[in-house]
Amino acid sequence: MSPFFIITAVVTLLGAVFAMSLRNLVHCALAMAVAFSGVAAMFLQLDAQFAGFAEILVYVGAIAILIVFAILLTRSGETPEKSVLTSGWWAGIAVTAMVFTILGWAILSSSAVPKDLPAAPVATVKNIGDALMTKYVLPLEIIGLVLTAAMIGAVIIALKEDKKDNSGGEQ
Amino acid sequence: MADKLDQIFVNVLHWLVSFLPEALRPLASALVCIAFILMVFPLIFSLTTIFERKGLGRIQNRYGPNRVGIPFTKIRLAGFGQFLPDGIKMLTKEDVVPRAADKVVHFLAPIVMLIPVLLTYSVLPFGKNMTLADYDAGLLFFLAVGGAVEVSVFMAGWSSRNKYSLLGAMRAIAQMVSYEIPLILSAVTVVMIVGSLNLSQIVAHQNQYTCGIAHWFVFTPWGLVGFLLFFIASLAESNRTPFDLPEAESEIIAGYFTEYSGFKFALFFLGEYLGMFAIIGLGITLFLGGWTSPVSFLTWIPSWIWFLTKMMAIVFVFIWIRGTLPRLRMDQLMNLAWKFMLPLALINILVAGIWHYMAADWQRWLVCSAIIFGAYVILGRGLMANQKLGLRVYKFAE
Repeated sequence: MSPFFIITAVVTLLGAVFAMSLRNLVHCALAMAVAFSGVAAMFLQLDAQFAGFAEILVYVGAIAILIVFAILLTRSGETPEKSVLTSGWWAGIAVTAMVFTILGWAILSSSAVPKDLPAAPVATVKNIGDALMTKYVLPLEIIGLVLTAAMIGAVIIALKEDKKDNSGGEQ
Repeated sequence: MADKLDQIFVNVLHWLVSFLPEALRPLASALVCIAFILMVFPLIFSLTTIFERKGLGRIQNRYGPNRVGIPFTKIRLAGFGQFLPDGIKMLTKEDVVPRAADKVVHFLAPIVMLIPVLLTYSVLPFGKNMTLADYDAGLLFFLAVGGAVEVSVFMAGWSSRNKYSLLGAMRAIAQMVSYEIPLILSAVTVVMIVGSLNLSQIVAHQNQYTCGIAHWFVFTPWGLVGFLLFFIASLAESNRTPFDLPEAESEIIAGYFTEYSGFKFALFFLGEYLGMFAIIGLGITLFLGGWTSPVSFLTWIPSWIWFLTKMMAIVFVFIWIRGTLPRLRMDQLMNLAWKFMLPLALINILVAGIWHYMAADWQRWLVCSAIIFGAYVILGRGLMANQKLGLRVYKFAE
C-alpha cells in the first residue's frame, strides 16, 4: 500500500463518516463532496482517468451542488438540538457488521471471483469513446432519451399551471 | 538561439533537477513546476489589476493609478508599482468574521476556491514541451476540476449568514451551471475534429501552415462560432461584466464574498482572476492555436511569449468589455444561455461533423457558413420577435 493510497483512503472514509454523523445537513453534504473527491483520487491512482474526472464532474460539480440546494430550499437553517444518533444505534452497528461479514465471506469463497487477477486493460479515453459509440451505442441512446424525458418532466412540473395567476411576476 | 530561448524554462528545470539524486527528481521537478505556477500567475494577476484600473480609467476619461513606482526614488513606472502597496494593505487589514457565520466553512471557502483553480493550470500547454501534467483526458480534467469552484462559491455564500451573500451565491451557481453547457459544447467541436482530449495534441493539430497562415480553428466557420460562444461563456464563468450579477456592487454589495475582508477577500479576488486566466488559456489552446504563431515567418518568437501575448490580448478585450457594457438582468442572462447559445452550440456540433466529412475545398466553406449564418439569423430574429423592444418609457421620472 502506497502512502498516497492511505491518504486518499483516510480522507474518503473520514468524509463518509462525517457525512453521516454531522448535525448540520449542509455540513454533511460538503463532507460528502470530500468523500466523492477521495473516490475520484482513488480512480486516478488506478489509472482510470476518465472515471476519475467523470466522478469529479458529475458528483462534486453537480450532485453535491444539487443536494446542497435541495437542503437549502426545503429546510430552515436551524440545526437539530438532539443527537443525530437514535437510541438503538448499537443494534444498527451489529446488523451492519453481520451483513458485511456474510457478504464478504460469500464473495471471498465464491467461485465466480477469479483468484488470479487478469492484467489491467489499457482503457484510454479513446477506447471508452469507441466502445460507447459502437458496442454500447444503444444503452447510451436510451440513457439520453430517459434523461431528456426527465428534464421535460421537470420543466412541466416547474411551469405555472394557471396563466392568469402570474400577472404579478411579469412586468 | 531561438530554439534555446523557446526551451529556456524546460532547460532550467532540467538543470535545477540534475543536482539531485535520481530518486528525488520527479518529486523535485513537480515542486519546481508548482512553484513556477504559484509565482508567475499571481504576478500576472497583480499586474493585471493595475492594467485593468488604468484601462478602465482611460475608458471612463480619468487617469487611474499613476503615482506609485519604486519606493524612496522618483521613478514612478506609470503607476505600475501600485500592486505592492495593495498587497501589503490586504495582508495587514483586519480579518472580520461575522458572529453568526459558520466559522469552519467560512474559513475554508477561499482555500477551496483556490485549489481547483490552481489545479486547472496543470494541464494547460504554456509553450512547446511545457505542459505540466500531460493527461490523456486533459480537457476533461480542466472542465471537471473547474466545475468544483461552484462548491466553494456556495460555501462562501452560505456560511456568511448574510442575505446578500446567499443571493450572490445562488446567482453565481445558476450562472455557472447554465454557461458551463455552451462552454463544454463549444469545446466538443474541437475534440471532434482533433479526435483527442489531450490539450498538447490539440495544439499540435493547429501547428501547421498553409501559405504562411496557421491552421487555427478560429479560422474555420465552426471554429469561429465555437470561439465566440466559448468567449461569451468564459466571460460568464469568470463573473465578468456584462455577466457580473453574482457580485453586482450596486445590487448585492459584493455577492458571495460580501462578508470577507482582509486576506481572505484577496484570496477570492486572486481565485477569480486566476480562474479567468485559466479559462482564457483554455480558449487559446482550443481555438487560437495555443502557443503557435499565427504566421509562419514569426515562428522564431518563443512559444511561451505567444501564449502570454494571446492571453494578455484577450484579458485586454475583457477589460474593454467591462468598461463599455452594462450589466444584464437575470432573465436576460438565462435567456441568452438557454435559448440562444445552447441551440447555436448544438448546431455548431452538427456543422463540425459536416466539415469533417466533406472534401477539403471551397464547397464545405460555403455549406458550413450557410448553415451557421442561417441558424444565427433564425435564432436571433425568433428571439427578438418576442422581446417587444422599443423606446423605453419612464413612468415616474418625467
